[in-house]
Amino acid sequence: MSSLTEKDRPIVQLLWNTGTCPRCIFRFCCVGSQTPYKRPYKDLMKELKEFLKNNPEKEDAVCFEVADPPCKRIRLENTEERPDDLNQNGVLKPIPLVNEENTALESSAVKVCNVCLGILQEFCEVDFVKKVCQKVKSADYQFTSFVFSVSLPPQLSVRERAAWLLVKQETGKLGLSLAKDDIVQLKEAYKWIIHPQLSEELGVPADGKSLFEVSVVFAHPETDEECHFLATACPDCFKPAKNKQSVFTRMAVVKALEKIKEEDFCKHFPCPPSSPKNFCVALEIQCNNGAVFVAGRYNKYSRNLPQTPWIIDGERKLESSVEELISEHLMAEFKADSFNFSSSGREDVDVRTLGNGRPFAIELVNPRRIHFTAEEMKRLQQTINNSSDKIQVRDLQLVTREAIGHMKEGEEEKTKTYSALVWTDKAIQKEDVAFLDDLKELKLDQKTPLRVLHRRPLAVRHRIIHTMKSEYIDEHHFRLHLKTQAGTYIKEFVHGDFGRTKPNIGSLLNRTADILELDVESVDVDWPPTLDN
Amino acid sequence: MAAAQGGAERYFTRWYKPDVKGRLCEDFCVLQHSNRICVITLAEAHPLLQNGKTIKSINYQISANCSRLQNKVSGKSKRGAQFLTELAPLCRISSSDGEKYTIYSCIRGRLIEVNENILNNPAILQEKPSTEGYIAVVLPKFEESKNITQGLLTQKEYEEVLLKRLNSSS
Repeated sequence: MSSLTEKDRPIVQLLWNTGTCPRCIFRFCCVGSQTPYKRPYKDLMKELKEFLKNNPEKEDAVCFEVADPPCKRIRLENTEERPDDLNQNGVLKPIPLVNEENTALESSAVKVCNVCLGILQEFCEVDFVKKVCQKVKSADYQFTSFVFSVSLPPQLSVRERAAWLLVKQETGKLGLSLAKDDIVQLKEAYKWIIHPQLSEELGVPADGKSLFEVSVVFAHPETDEECHFLATACPDCFKPAKNKQSVFTRMAVVKALEKIKEEDFCKHFPCPPSSPKNFCVALEIQCNNGAVFVAGRYNKYSRNLPQTPWIIDGERKLESSVEELISEHLMAEFKADSFNFSSSGREDVDVRTLGNGRPFAIELVNPRRIHFTAEEMKRLQQTINNSSDKIQVRDLQLVTREAIGHMKEGEEEKTKTYSALVWTDKAIQKEDVAFLDDLKELKLDQKTPLRVLHRRPLAVRHRIIHTMKSEYIDEHHFRLHLKTQAGTYIKEFVHGDFGRTKPNIGSLLNRTADILELDVESVDVDWPPTLDN
Repeated sequence: MAAAQGGAERYFTRWYKPDVKGRLCEDFCVLQHSNRICVITLAEAHPLLQNGKTIKSINYQISANCSRLQNKVSGKSKRGAQFLTELAPLCRISSSDGEKYTIYSCIRGRLIEVNENILNNPAILQEKPSTEGYIAVVLPKFEESKNITQGLLTQKEYEEVLLKRLNSSS
C-alpha cells in the first residue's frame, strides 16, 4: 500500500483491530492525498490486509493468518460501552491479536466502522451517489453548480476523539507526537470522494458558493445516547433552547469536547470506540435553491385594494391585495415555495398610485426555475398586466439581493408627489386657496395619526411640504397637488387629525377641511432601472 | 371617501356618558375609532359649551402627586402610561363665573396624551369640542376594548336622554 509506510504500521494495526475502516485509518495516518480515498472500498480492504500480512517484524507465521479478523471476537464482545476496557489506572488495555475461531465466513460482510459509522464506507459508494442524484433530478431544479452539505450525527465527534486518544497513546509509546490538526477531517475526506462522483452524475461542478444546495442529514439512532455523558461532565454547554429538538447539537457536543479533560473523557467513553451493529442512515436528502429577486414598479388603479392581504380573526376583509396580484404569477413561473414582498413605502387601501408607479421587489424563496431571459420577463410582465385592471407593473426584471437596498433608501430619503381632492365646510373662492401655491418648504409637526396610534409609538414627526399647487373647483372643493418629504401623512395634513398635525389645510384656510380622494402621482426613486417596456 | 361628519372624526363611533357623577348635564362624548383608540370630548350639552360661559383656567394637575401633563408613553405598547378607570379625572376646568368642572375619563385604559393646545387656547375647547378641542386620547386594553362601551350610550340612546330632559323641564 503506497500511501502507508512502515512508520504507520502500529497505528494501522491498532485501528484495524478495533474495527476501523480503511479510509478512517488513512485519516489517522495523515494521508493527505485525495487519490487513495477515492479507490473502491473492496480494493482498499484487500490491500490493507496485504499490508498487515507483510509485517517484516513478525516471524511467527501463525500470526499472519489471524491478522485478518482478529478483532472479530472483540467486536462481538464490544457491542456496548465497556468501562472495564480500562484498567485501574485509566490506561487502555492491550487488545489480543490471536483469535482461534474460523472467521472466513464473516470476512465478506462489511463491518460498520467504529469511527465513521459507515460515512466513509457505503455512503461514498456508487449506490448512494445514484440515490442522491435521483432525488435531485426528480426535484426538477434549474442549476449550474451545486454545493453538497452534510449533517453528521454529533456522536461522530465523540468517537473521533476516542480514536484520536487511542492513536495518540500509541504514537506516544513510539516516541512520536501526533497533533489533532494533522489528522484528515472526516467531512473533508468525504467531500473529496463524493464531490467528483456527484459532479459527474449531475453534469455540473461542485462550488462552495453555489446557490443550489443539496443537503443530506445522517443519523445513527443506535448510538445517539453516547453524547449524554458530556452533559454531566460539562453541563453549561447544554442549555435547552426553544428551537432545538435535542439539546445535544453538533455545536454543543464539539464545545463540550473542547472543554472536557482527557481523563474524564476516558472515564466515560471507551477508547477505542465500540463497533456498532448498524450503519448510519441518510434521513433526508433535500434540495434548496437560493432566493431570486424580481423588481419592478407597480401602478394601483383601485380604491379598494390593500397592499397586503387584509385578514382579521381568520376572516378576509377585502378581496385580494397588491402583493398577491403581482406575486401569484411569479410564484407559478419560478416555481417557488414562498415569497416576500417589499416596496418603497406604501399607500392606503383607498389611494391610487399613478405616474411611473411605486418600486417594489419580491424575494422568491427556493425557486425551481432561475433562468429567465429579458424576453421571458417581458412576457411575464404582460401576463400580470393582462390578469388584472386593478394593478399594472412595469420594468419587471431580475435583480440581486444587494439592489434591494436602493429601494429602501427611497423610502426614507426621496420625495413623493400627490394629488388630493379637498372639501371645505365654509365656502371658498379662488383667491382663498391661491396663496397655497406660494408656500414653499412648509414645515409640519405631525403627531402619530390616531388611525395608526394603536400600533405605532407616540411621536412627533417633522416633515416638509416642498411645494403645492391648487386647482379651484367650486365653493367647497379644490384639488391640491403637493410635493412632500418621504414619510409625510397627507390625509392628516388636510383634515388636521384633531389638531395634532400643525399646520394643516384647515388651519391655513381657517375652515374645517376634509380629504375626499388621494392619489400618489409619483414616487421619486430612480430604481429599478427603466426598461423600454 | 365621502365627507359624512366632515373632517377627522369620520371613522369614529360616538358613545355618550351623561350626568357623570350625578351632575346634571355634565355629559361626555367618547369617540371610538375602529382601531380601539378613543378620544374623550365634551358632549354638546355640557355646561361649558353653553352660551355665555368663559373658561378661566384648565388644570391637568389633578392631585398633589399626579399631573396628566407628566404622562409619558414609550413604544408601541405605550409603556409608562397612566392607567385610567372610568371615573379617573383628566382635568379640572374653572369658568369665569366661579363654577368648577371635572372632566372624567369615562373609560378604562392607558392615557396616551392630553390635549395641550387647549391650555394655550381654551377657546377652541368651546369652538371645536369634537375635534381640535378634545380632552384626551385613551387606549383601552386589547381584551377590554369590546367591553368599554358597555357603560356608555349610543347616539340614539343619548338623544332619548336629551329628549327626556327637554320634556321634564318644560
